Amino acid sequence: MQDDPVIRVVSKVMIPTVMLFALYVQFHGDYGPGGGFQAGVIFASAFVLNAMIFGLNRGRHVWPANLNLLAICAGVLLYGLTGIASLFLGANYLDYDVLGATAKSGQHIGILLVEFGVGLTVASVMVALFFTFAGRLTHIRLMSKMQAHEEASPPASKTKTKAKKAGGRS
Amino acid sequence: MSGFLVNASLISLLTLIAILALRLHRLFAVVMLSGAFSLVAATLFVVLDAVDVAFTEAAVGAGISSILALATLSLVPAEEKPHSIAFVPAFLALATALMLAVAVTDLPAFGDVNAPIHNHVAPEFIKGSAEDIGIPNVVTSVLASYRGYDTLGETVVIFTAAIAVLLVLGGYTRPHRRKIKSRKKGEDKNAG
Repeated sequence: MQDDPVIRVVSKVMIPTVMLFALYVQFHGDYGPGGGFQAGVIFASAFVLNAMIFGLNRGRHVWPANLNLLAICAGVLLYGLTGIASLFLGANYLDYDVLGATAKSGQHIGILLVEFGVGLTVASVMVALFFTFAGRLTHIRLMSKMQAHEEASPPASKTKTKAKKAGGRS
Repeated sequence: MSGFLVNASLISLLTLIAILALRLHRLFAVVMLSGAFSLVAATLFVVLDAVDVAFTEAAVGAGISSILALATLSLVPAEEKPHSIAFVPAFLALATALMLAVAVTDLPAFGDVNAPIHNHVAPEFIKGSAEDIGIPNVVTSVLASYRGYDTLGETVVIFTAAIAVLLVLGGYTRPHRRKIKSRKKGEDKNAG
């Protein structure tokens, strides 16, 4: 699949389109169907498509695991902190009325922030799940290869460790 | 009449897909069928005017779930093991289905204004959404504002699930430790 030029070219056109559509779903959720959950899944599917066509390693390069973990937490934190912000401005938890100049604009800001938090968490969780499941195969292959290699040449590895130990002492 | 035809064909298509998915042993086909099931269910939600739910079903059920199932499929055999029918679970499932079918006849009719669900907080939300929140999509105003706590809970559920999966499968250990362990194993084998 990775070597098929048609799929590669088409997906190169599709990936930015999918991302743009996800952003539309995210920020147009107040006016039409959609919202953080759907947008997050669609945004994640762009990364999944990228990883499926161009390989897992390139996919990981585009969206590193550490950054992904940070994004998972940042989304939930953004949601929770929006509630805390309304607490500090003198209203109940997650009551957005006080976030803006008027109650309605406050609600707009609150919903936008909260939906963005949901979208961020959902998107990065989906990417993390896909990379974890898809990475198992290469992980298992690597482990079995390492095991086979060790079983095939045990004396070599033993002498290696001895040599290393000796090197460390001197 | 046309509405009845659409509903009947969609529901019979759903049933057909479910039976096919049960009968088939090739797991790739089963995964594809479950994606198709989600798509048909999403169409059914559109017919019921629940576009937001339909959107979620199409994106999550047909999209991401199928991809995750395919990723899992690369780790397991391609065919389901042949097995005989388990009679006790089959009986339990049939009995539950029968009870549910009996319970369905007790439900209020679709769109009934006197149904309990339309006389609780829903009218307040629908009336108040324009004045309190001022956004056209009532689903979003209920989801993010009126029911903000629930959505926070849902987000935390997704967060927790991801953390659990990453802890079990993510391989978050220090790499040099694993090397030492595997080396020790190799030495033990050599000794034995």
